[in-house]
Amino acid sequence: MRNLSKLLGAAVVWTSLSFAGATAAECIAPADPGGGWDFTCRTIGKMLFDQKLVDAPIQVTNMPGGVGAVAYAKVMSSRADDADLIVATSTVGVTQIAQGKYPADTSVMRWLAMLGSDVGVILVPKDSELKSLDDLIGVLKKDPSALAVAGSTAAGGWDHIRLLMLAQAAGMSGDAYKQIRWVQFDGGGPAVTQMIGGQVQVVSTDLGEIAGFVESGDVRILAALSDERVPAFPDSPTAKEQGLDVTGYNWRGFYTGGGVSDDAYGAWVDRLQKLYDTDDWKKTAQENGLVPVWRGGAEFDAYVKDQAEKMNAISREIGVVK
Amino acid sequence: MEMVSALAQGFAVAITPTNLILALFGCFAGTLIGALPGLGPVNGVAILIPLAFSLGLEPTSALIMLSCIYYGCMYGGRISSIMLNIPGDEPAIMTTLDGYPMAKAGRASEALAISAVASFVGATFGTIGLTLFAPLLAKAAIYFGPADYFALYVMAFATIGGVTSVNPFKTLLAAFLGLMIATVGLDPATGTARYTLGSFHLYDGFDPIVAIVGLFAISEVLVYLERVHEGGARMVPLGRAMPRLKDMMAGGWANLRGSVVGFICGILPGAGASLGAFMSYIFEKRWSARDGRFGSGDPRGIAAPEAGNNAASGGALIPMLTLGIPGSGTTAVMLALLISLNVQPGPLLFARQPDMVWGLIAALYLANIALLFMNIPMIGLFTRMLSLPQWILMPFVVMVSFLGVYSISHSSFDLFVMVGFGVMGYVLRMLGIALVPVVLGLLLGADMENNLRRALSISTGDFQILVSSPIALTLYAVTAAMLALAFVLSLRPPKNDAAVTD
Repeated sequence: MRNLSKLLGAAVVWTSLSFAGATAAECIAPADPGGGWDFTCRTIGKMLFDQKLVDAPIQVTNMPGGVGAVAYAKVMSSRADDADLIVATSTVGVTQIAQGKYPADTSVMRWLAMLGSDVGVILVPKDSELKSLDDLIGVLKKDPSALAVAGSTAAGGWDHIRLLMLAQAAGMSGDAYKQIRWVQFDGGGPAVTQMIGGQVQVVSTDLGEIAGFVESGDVRILAALSDERVPAFPDSPTAKEQGLDVTGYNWRGFYTGGGVSDDAYGAWVDRLQKLYDTDDWKKTAQENGLVPVWRGGAEFDAYVKDQAEKMNAISREIGVVK
Repeated sequence: MEMVSALAQGFAVAITPTNLILALFGCFAGTLIGALPGLGPVNGVAILIPLAFSLGLEPTSALIMLSCIYYGCMYGGRISSIMLNIPGDEPAIMTTLDGYPMAKAGRASEALAISAVASFVGATFGTIGLTLFAPLLAKAAIYFGPADYFALYVMAFATIGGVTSVNPFKTLLAAFLGLMIATVGLDPATGTARYTLGSFHLYDGFDPIVAIVGLFAISEVLVYLERVHEGGARMVPLGRAMPRLKDMMAGGWANLRGSVVGFICGILPGAGASLGAFMSYIFEKRWSARDGRFGSGDPRGIAAPEAGNNAASGGALIPMLTLGIPGSGTTAVMLALLISLNVQPGPLLFARQPDMVWGLIAALYLANIALLFMNIPMIGLFTRMLSLPQWILMPFVVMVSFLGVYSISHSSFDLFVMVGFGVMGYVLRMLGIALVPVVLGLLLGADMENNLRRALSISTGDFQILVSSPIALTLYAVTAAMLALAFVLSLRPPKNDAAVTD
């Protein structure tokens, strides 16, 4: 009796160990539970099992650290040939790679596929005087530090770069757009609530996390940074329609270790493509503010490497990378 | 009236035999996970999410089980704080201050009973607040800007000197040590790496839970080894196994005062349960300063922070549900859980998925009652833990610490960090420096800095923004009043010996 509590304690620990050690495939979310990468792993992991594309439920491991750098280093050094492992990533991870903040460049991993993309948006509160992208650019051109703009990444992160790409496309000089006030919050939700509270005037972030605030009418989309209008919000214009040829996708996808065989790599791409082809995925993606987009296998590998090069060029141009 | 029927509908969803069994299991598992150092609600819920799915549970059932685990962890965290001086999770650090001295004096069962009642009062208060005011209080999160958060953290740091009854300068020193540790990692505003020595493992800084387990659990073992070497450790007197009803109520009004303070901290995203427990303790200590025996086993010193952290946990669900903003690691896990059940928290949640929300709220009420009735009989079980020989208990503490920390990040690097903090904790103890302020500095320091940086980014470096909002000014006024009160009280002759510090 007196050892009961200890035994139960050991049982709890044992349960946790046996979960971590299960033979099922594993998806590493290189962030804390609750974020975008965690969502990617959990949702797609669950759907792969529901669609019977894998035999056992996919085990999700959270490995936060260095905006994904810790997981990248871990996979590179000790699990490069683990065919049962996939890692969630996105444009954010590639931005870090492009700016030299990961232990290696894109060539050390095998890039599997992207299944959907979040769309970057420029947001203002519902009663803002800014009615269009032109209004916003007009104010910033007159005085770059007139508005405080917030987003979920640090200065030089993807939310910030997308905003500066717009300023650049509108003809603002580097010296001018460097003075735009940038405020970082711990996610798009906090950034938007702080904007509603009047602390900042504009938010540049991904649509998915904050779509509820657009639906409820608390905030307006000034511009969607996509090729076409976002299906969920057909009334919101794109930046392209307003004369600025800028897109800012934040795709969601996976990589696996660089030592994984062609067969295992091909099998994963195949599974993910089968999942992408289901109506279930398209429905889930849209419910979560993602646009279903497929790029897989060699095509995706080339796409990621190209994107990293382009981002590196942009980062140098705007002075984020020396 | 509409709300009452909605809540009744929620109970109808929640009360089925299967759900009740799952709720009991969740409460029991949660209490144990919370009690084990290192294993907290974050990994507890994260580990059990796949279990819920592999059992093929209905979404509502899964939600009920996991929210019971969440509340159970909040109850459980206090047990090892009281029995072993090792906080089971972050919010439980304040409970070590009066809980452990009380247990050492042979009144462990009383301490456990007081804290169980306080947890119940706090959690019930938090849940009622959530039921009645969720949409209204969500607005608080909207109007609280970076400068206001900074003022809140200034208030916390200004009062940190009074947190322990030892030399206030040593306490401040410890808090600044924590602040320094908090600066390690990627600077969130610019992405610049600070004090990382080129290691990616340090990009996110030191995880507070790893620091807590190291500082408290590992250093406890080191101190024990030293005592064994010097000739045997003193057995803790056992006292009565079961508390009397009178003992349970010893927390008195401190239960309610702690609940109010904790709940207010909880509804501010980012502040959360740790700040709630800390502010409740400080507030209670000021309130009852004249006749207090804080730091040496005052019942109110247990009741206030326990009520505070449980009320804050309920309050923290408000911004999470209504704005989709997780205020802490634990609410982040709850958010992940809701999303994986296809529930999208945000401004439209109450309108779109009322069944789920009211089912969850009903489950929280049930969990609370189940936990109270489960925890009182379990007191006898836990007090017997103290009768275990130390040579069994201490290796067990080491084992659980290593497993717990490894289960968070799956990184052996964190194990080294934990041992490093253990050695640091040992040295600090030898120097007579309290460990609680170190952890407070670490927990609150990063948020204080981030909000200062945000405020200054908004104002392009103009410090005037810090004193330009009415909320911030009010908070500074309260801080000044609290400091003045402490000063006036220190001039008056103390009422009894216990009030003399150092």
